Amino acid sequence: MADNVAKFEHDDASVVVVVGTGAGGGVLANELAQRGIKVVALEAGGRYLPEDYINDEWDSFAQLSWGDMRTTSGDWRIARDFANLPAWIVKAVGGTSIHWAGASLRFQEHEFRALSTYGRVDGANLLDWPITLSDLEPYYDLAEKKLGVTRTNDWPGLPGNNNYLVLEKGAKAAGYSKVSTGRMAINSVDNDDRMACQQTGFCFQGCKWGAKWSAAYTDIPRGEATGNLEVRDHCHATRIEHDADGKVTGVRYIDKDGTEQLQRARIVAVAGNSIESPRLLLASASERYPDGLANSSGQVGRNYMRHTTGSVYAIFERPVRMWRGTTMAGIVQDEAHHDPSRGFVGGYELETLSLGVPFMAAFMDPGGWGREFTSALDSYENMAGMWIVGEDLPQETNRITLNPGEKDRFGLPVANVHYDDHPNDIAMRNHAYAAGERIYRAAGATRVLPTPPYPSTHNLGTNRMSENPRDGVVNKWGQSHDIPNLFVSDGSVFTTSAAENPTLTIVALAIRQAEHIAAEMEKGTL
Amino acid sequence: MTVAHNSPSGSNVRGLTRRGLLARAMAAGATFVVGSGFVAARDAAWAVETTTLKPATMATLIQMARDIYPHDRIADRYYAIAVKGYDTAEKAQMVEEGITGLNLVAKAQGFDDYLSAGWEKDRVTMLRMIEHTPFFQTVRAGLVTGLYNQKEIWPVFGYEGESFSHGGYIERGFNDIDWL
Ligand SMILES: Cc1cc2nc3c(=O)[nH]c(=O)nc-3n(C[C@H](O)[C@H](O)[C@H](O)COP(=O)(O)OP(=O)(O)OC[C@H]3O[C@@H](n4cnc5c(N)ncnc54)[C@H](O)[C@@H]3O)c2cc1C
Ligand code: SF4
Repeated sequence: MADNVAKFEHDDASVVVVVGTGAGGGVLANELAQRGIKVVALEAGGRYLPEDYINDEWDSFAQLSWGDMRTTSGDWRIARDFANLPAWIVKAVGGTSIHWAGASLRFQEHEFRALSTYGRVDGANLLDWPITLSDLEPYYDLAEKKLGVTRTNDWPGLPGNNNYLVLEKGAKAAGYSKVSTGRMAINSVDNDDRMACQQTGFCFQGCKWGAKWSAAYTDIPRGEATGNLEVRDHCHATRIEHDADGKVTGVRYIDKDGTEQLQRARIVAVAGNSIESPRLLLASASERYPDGLANSSGQVGRNYMRHTTGSVYAIFERPVRMWRGTTMAGIVQDEAHHDPSRGFVGGYELETLSLGVPFMAAFMDPGGWGREFTSALDSYENMAGMWIVGEDLPQETNRITLNPGEKDRFGLPVANVHYDDHPNDIAMRNHAYAAGERIYRAAGATRVLPTPPYPSTHNLGTNRMSENPRDGVVNKWGQSHDIPNLFVSDGSVFTTSAAENPTLTIVALAIRQAEHIAAEMEKGTL
Repeated sequence: MTVAHNSPSGSNVRGLTRRGLLARAMAAGATFVVGSGFVAARDAAWAVETTTLKPATMATLIQMARDIYPHDRIADRYYAIAVKGYDTAEKAQMVEEGITGLNLVAKAQGFDDYLSAGWEKDRVTMLRMIEHTPFFQTVRAGLVTGLYNQKEIWPVFGYEGESFSHGGYIERGFNDIDWL
């Protein structure tokens, strides 16, 4: 922590309160602080830095992951296999940017115009974004610089590890050509006071070298160093308050000691990830806003997206040792385009992935047992693995709601996460399983394991951006349609999910939002 | 409960002589030596003391654990460690009832009990019959972490575990694949 960390009074109504310090909130807080704006960031989790991270899957999970109760419903397999763990995300200063693997891709132009490009799809609630790729390009530039994304700004790509080399060999043999170690927010050379990747593996457990970008040790301490940012850890926001005019006035939270506090605010920005952000807005219902804040459209919590995912692991005659080196530096992009002749709209990426033995046992075939299961694990050393990440479609009924039957430790209703696969998601997943199998067979695989989705690592869309206030929760700046001084600053603003991993876009939007808020404050309109 | 590991050449497991153990084996199933208050390996390489569960129940539970996640290169003692947590006053009833149920299924299949079925195939058939019971699901789910999170067995899978303290793999073979 920097020396001159700010300390603001609870009744200081001039501060911007940011709820959540992950990829969205952590970046927004720093970007505002850099512009001279006073910020209080509330973070439910604790503070952990590279020296604290643990090279051990379950120990790290216990240290960092969001373990508070959640419930699930819907036909997705997660509701059966991981009924109380719908999402795999972090509860800590820096949020899920501690867990993330670093894959940093820009969206494709057409993905901002999903409805116009794909047309109406039965059962889907498609919409065009209120912004275009060219609106976001300057901010993608800034985000890539901030994150140190390889293959941008003359930074070289990462070297390929064993898992990548198998993917590359198979993908090329299967006729694919857009195969590389990708664009990663992992230093390939020393940069930004952070060292180059040491190929440790364990990218998901927090990078102990700091080679991977995380808000935890970049944006957060830099924001604090300005003297304009106070991060309060172990502070769980429970309710956003508003005045008679309907404008928000502050945030109630439970602090480290279990005491309820109220931090007054000029502006509130919600960035608790796509499950907690709508939960907080819904839980803030009042006489004036009986359906929750910013919810005149009824869209708060709806259109929950988690990407069409799944993994393909394959076993080879000889050792691969996929766990060595960067977890996700490997990508095949040939299927990322939109081509309805494949039987679905949108596209998908294939990215290298590896799990250690403990997580492989938990996630390879949840509920599975017997020789079919254990003979696969017996060949763990000879396995290669890839992850499917593709565009899933927004559906109104896929949604976060408050579950009155289940309370958290503060006595507040927990979030229920409902998700049904859309037929488009299923068609895409099956196509991707077949592509993955083809790739690995071409590299000599003796056995292929089409592995079901993990608890959601990408959580999107539950406070979506829309041009028309009727269709969504926030406008193109992430500002709520209903309440001008209430913003949303995380992945929940995504109008559609696109095929790409979301974080570069979350960061670009947060930088853009900070610029907007600063300009409007300057003008006196906020 | 404790799990005692014998030294490779030694013959004593918590005061029990090798010969004594083998003698008592006559009374037990094929794989384990079941005495009063303990379960041991036939070769006396390890023993589990039970405080609440009947030793025969523990022996059956260990075999059941292996049949759920059979790894021929992983010794029984790791399965014993994975299930030893069920030997508590709180959990004993659930386990005793579950194993009694499993032995009833075995009887219906023409075996004296679960442990008397010599072929894994026959035992797995029985497990398939109870697969949807909370007992089976509890034991199976517990094994996912109870067994696979034991660092001692990771080398069997080739998995190398923690790597930061070794400086990562940048100079230790992150791209050493030579057969592609
Ligand atoms: C294993 C894994 C690998 C990933 N790999 C990639 C990748 O390679 N590329 C990519 O683009 N993305 C990846 N992701 C996804 C990426 O991490 C997320 O998209 C991103 O971090 C989301 O940012 P966010 O700001 O929406 O939420 P988060 O980063 O999750 O931050 C939300 C924060 O808000 C806090 N919070 C929530 N509720 C409250 C409350 N009521 N009060 C106070 N604080 C609260 C939480 O504790 C958390 O710290 C990965 C995720 C995981 C889990
Ligand atoms: S592989 Fe590289 S980025 Fe991943 S944790 Fe290790 S040093 Fe960090």
